[in-house]
Amino acid sequence: MAAAGRRWRAPPLIANPWLRWAIAIGAVIYLALALMSLEVKWSRVCEGLDRGWTFVVAFAQPNFISRSEEIVEGIVESLTMTVVATVFGILISIPIGLGAARNIAPVPVYLVCRAIIAVSRTFQEVIVAILFVKMFGFGPLAGAVTLAFATIGFMGKLLAEDIEDIDPAQAEAIRATGASWPQLVNYGIQPQVMPRLLGLSLYRFDINFRESAVIGIVGAGGIGATLNTAFDRYEFDTAAAILITIIAIVMATEYGSSLLRRRLQ
Amino acid sequence: MLLIEGLTKQYKTGDRALRGVDLTVPQGQVAALIGPSGAGKSTLLRCVNRLVEPTAGKIALDGVEITGLGRRALRRARRQMGMIFQEYALVERLTVMENVLSGRLGYVGFWRSFFRRFPAPAIDEAFRLLDRVGLAEFVDKRADALSGGQRQRVGIARALIQDPAILLIDEPTASLDPKTSRQIMRLIRELCAERRLPAIINLHDVGLAISFAERIIGLRQGVIVFDGPPERLTPAVLTEIYGEEDWSALIRAASEDGEAEGAGETAAAAGQRQTGFQGSDARARLT
Repeated sequence: MAAAGRRWRAPPLIANPWLRWAIAIGAVIYLALALMSLEVKWSRVCEGLDRGWTFVVAFAQPNFISRSEEIVEGIVESLTMTVVATVFGILISIPIGLGAARNIAPVPVYLVCRAIIAVSRTFQEVIVAILFVKMFGFGPLAGAVTLAFATIGFMGKLLAEDIEDIDPAQAEAIRATGASWPQLVNYGIQPQVMPRLLGLSLYRFDINFRESAVIGIVGAGGIGATLNTAFDRYEFDTAAAILITIIAIVMATEYGSSLLRRRLQ
Repeated sequence: MLLIEGLTKQYKTGDRALRGVDLTVPQGQVAALIGPSGAGKSTLLRCVNRLVEPTAGKIALDGVEITGLGRRALRRARRQMGMIFQEYALVERLTVMENVLSGRLGYVGFWRSFFRRFPAPAIDEAFRLLDRVGLAEFVDKRADALSGGQRQRVGIARALIQDPAILLIDEPTASLDPKTSRQIMRLIRELCAERRLPAIINLHDVGLAISFAERIIGLRQGVIVFDGPPERLTPAVLTEIYGEEDWSALIRAASEDGEAEGAGETAAAAGQRQTGFQGSDARARLT
């Protein structure tokens, strides 16, 4: 065996050793400089820890009672926003998702639908909420519109990708029977994407509820507004109660939706 | 009767799948299309119902020119052409009945099909066909719960409920075991004989083509290089279609088998006359 004792090492990601080391050392230097520019002041960190402890103490004694009316009102408002936004968002996202699927939509429709999805996905919910609060004033209307808008981008994109991934043979067979375009969608495509569409809808319901708490802070109504007020008044015990309620509801919807999704498979 | 003249297909990639194919399939004839992978068999079949748009040439079914039809007219023409697919191409998450009834989509409006409210005659026919292919007790099963042979029977029923003037059949036995393949081929041939339907069947399996078809068309690189009855399919012809190989054993086995099949068919036909399809039904249920 002439080949005995030969050495072997895995080839490196970057072949040029100079470049490899330059990148590694450069990255370390940049990280060090970045850390220094943050001006970490340990005295302030200590103070912050103190304040954090006050939070923790307050959270250990959540107060559901003194502001119970506001909390219930906020939760109901958030749930209403969530349901309305999810239902309308999905209803609008279905035609947009169909139009954004390259394999069934003509090019002009495809481009328009992709553009709508891109716009909706570019802006984070909070930014959209600020805009709609300016347009419609404070309150749940702005929040519902924000969430519906975000739902369109999310569902439209995922639905379109799912349609592009279908088994083309099944759709071809339906086309071969002389079916029209809506019949093709109903028979050849819908059965293939339905379980995922339902799963995604439930998932989006979760997300919308969580987001409704966040966008309330910028004035879009719901439990987020209640939470913001509680913080403004330094009522940490009430804030704790609100957060615990949000966590409980999020967990409940998540558990419920995962149960449903499993049954739909 | 199907008439094809000078059919040419060039894909956008530049591949010339068909180069001037001329072909006539008369009423009631079962023709097998054989040839190596990439010879253009699938393209030829899909040009007939324009799932693939031909580049040049003329196709006419019973006097109606398919090439050059507008969208609506093309859909009308498609419902007269039953297609049976490789790997069945059933909609997996729909029930057997929904899959069969999807063959009627060209005949009903959107809302009727959306609410699955098909006209009563269509539903009667669906039950009759499912009975005929031996799947009467699977009506409300989902298609993905069936075995390969059963799925292809659903595919056959879906094509037949269209009340087609021709069957286009693409590799019907591609993923079936040998025994099921023969049962499916036999079923197709019996159904074509009952309804005097012409059929073009793409086949990889030369043995099956010799046993079950009355006419064989050999395609190589988009050109027809052989067209004749199975008896004229000599080793020299197969070499021309597929390339050098020892073909004699295959031909001998297949033609003996074909004679047996022919005898079987006469017997089955006699049986049918007496018992009204029971003989073939019993056989169909074997899978």
